[in-house]
Amino acid sequence: MRAGDLARFAAASLIRSPGRTFLMLLAMSIGVSAVVVLTGLGEGARRYITGEFASLGTNLVIVIPGRSETTGGAPAIMAGETPRDLTIEDYLALTRNPLVKQAAPVMVGAAGAAYGRLEREITVVGTTSEYMKIRHMAVDRGKFLPPGDPSRAVNVCVIGKKIRQELFGNEQALGEWLRLGDRRFRVIGILGSSGRSLGVDLQELVIIPVASAQALFNSPGLFRILVEARSRDSMPRLQDQIRKTVARRHQGEEDITVVTQDAVLATFDNILRALTFTVGGIGAISLAVAGILIMNIMLVAVSQRVREIGLLKAVGARRGQLTLIFLSEAVMLASLGGVLGLLLGYLGTLAIHGAYPDLDAQAPGWAIAAALGVSSLTGLVFGIMPARRAAAMEAVAALRG
Amino acid sequence: MIILEGINRIFQVGDQQVHALDDIHLTIQPGEYLSLMGPSGSGKSTLLNILGLLDKPTSGRYVLEDREVTSLSDDEQARVRGERIGFVFQFFHLVPRMSAFENVELPLVLAGVPPAQRRERVGKILEQLDLTDRAHHRPDQLSGGQCQRIAIARATIMHPSLLLADEPTGNLDSKSGADVVQVLEQLNAGGITLVVVTHDAEVGKRARRRLRMVDGRIVEDEAG
Repeated sequence: MRAGDLARFAAASLIRSPGRTFLMLLAMSIGVSAVVVLTGLGEGARRYITGEFASLGTNLVIVIPGRSETTGGAPAIMAGETPRDLTIEDYLALTRNPLVKQAAPVMVGAAGAAYGRLEREITVVGTTSEYMKIRHMAVDRGKFLPPGDPSRAVNVCVIGKKIRQELFGNEQALGEWLRLGDRRFRVIGILGSSGRSLGVDLQELVIIPVASAQALFNSPGLFRILVEARSRDSMPRLQDQIRKTVARRHQGEEDITVVTQDAVLATFDNILRALTFTVGGIGAISLAVAGILIMNIMLVAVSQRVREIGLLKAVGARRGQLTLIFLSEAVMLASLGGVLGLLLGYLGTLAIHGAYPDLDAQAPGWAIAAALGVSSLTGLVFGIMPARRAAAMEAVAALRG
Repeated sequence: MIILEGINRIFQVGDQQVHALDDIHLTIQPGEYLSLMGPSGSGKSTLLNILGLLDKPTSGRYVLEDREVTSLSDDEQARVRGERIGFVFQFFHLVPRMSAFENVELPLVLAGVPPAQRRERVGKILEQLDLTDRAHHRPDQLSGGQCQRIAIARATIMHPSLLLADEPTGNLDSKSGADVVQVLEQLNAGGITLVVVTHDAEVGKRARRRLRMVDGRIVEDEAG
């Protein structure tokens, strides 16, 4: 039998029994597309969250006051002893380290903000000019906090877009005086909409110089210090030196926690990878169901076609030829179903991306390969197995059906 | 020439053994026209299936054109079926999704004959059987008589030496039946060995040699 004839024969038998072919393609493409969409969803979520972390800044070391450890004696709090505060002096000591590219102290608190007769409760961040660069933020209008001695309180503020809208409405905000608690701050800049890190909406922040924040909240303690290393390689060394520097300043006591962005990221990444595998597992189940569907349709199809096999034998078809005929059919069906499934899955991920633009849903390569592999394998195996059995029958028995 | 020696065919039905063919000895000369008659269950169809290599005898020897075919492998038997034997069935056994042309072409496709040659051979045989205008109809668009003639075209497209017909008129009205018998006899006149299994005494009588079977044995063998 010629290759062209074989292909034509198989294609004709697919085209001329459209119901069966449609069901097979449906089963196959649903299985494949389910895997593609579900793993794409998990993968998209993972990438979204990793992206969020990356926007917090790379090569970042975060210094937190207090010591978190699971070994050793009773926590300091229970002993009635509070950890020492992180201070601006600590921050200044850290900036003198040659491994540090830049660092920013951070104070966070809530305060009532008022302009005219409008008032609302907002989150106030006290920091220095470096904060903008470390956090990759941008100023829409005006400018960010001016550089200078961090221990000098200057009554200026940079406000988020949403705050501007809510308190100033259509009025000019730049140059106006915003009331925070019992102090007044001149608005010198408005934050751009870019940047929304880990649930903190930059559009709802008011940023003031750190010394002003200390005065406003009446506390010398920093919330944390963000330190950006010069290079990725120097980070472990830098962490060590930060601990030592602060310990020296705190009477030899190591009472801070130093974490890297990467460590936090890695933890999340692991969790999210597990999530992808979970959705992938759900996809695999749907693929298995599709496989069983394919198997059933193929079994029914072959038992319907036993007479045809008998006839082909009667007019001289050899056993190998019969297997080849059914194999070609199954290959065509499997590849068509696979391609259709990928297409459907791709449309599905596009739809998800359309509904949630933040989610870049893209199925990982291994999931696509597994989906295609399993569906074509079931298609092939269950296409050929019953056909082989029918081909082994005596022609006269097959003819009777 | 066909020689059958001591052919037995035993079916196992439940725990009972049915002796469908009981020690058959038969010699058929090339170009003979033979009819096989007998009551239902007498083994005439079984004999025909064994002659056509569609079924295997339980024991005995079958020589077709100086070749012992009982001991051939499956694939070798398939080749003999394809090239030397044509089969016509009571229920036509056309592939329903294929056109008349494609059904006739099927043995040529399986044998790997190039398309141009196929078109010519199928066209010629359809013309001989007056079916040219039906070439692209599917079996469900054809009458029974037309279907059977398509089946005959398919059975003879490979120029076999032996044509076996199992109740070829059994499913047709008398006029179509007569047409089909005429076609078969024309082919026999062209030199092909023709064996017809039939219930119809009228059809059976026309053969030059008439066999009668009862309970798996040949009880009558008359010629002329």
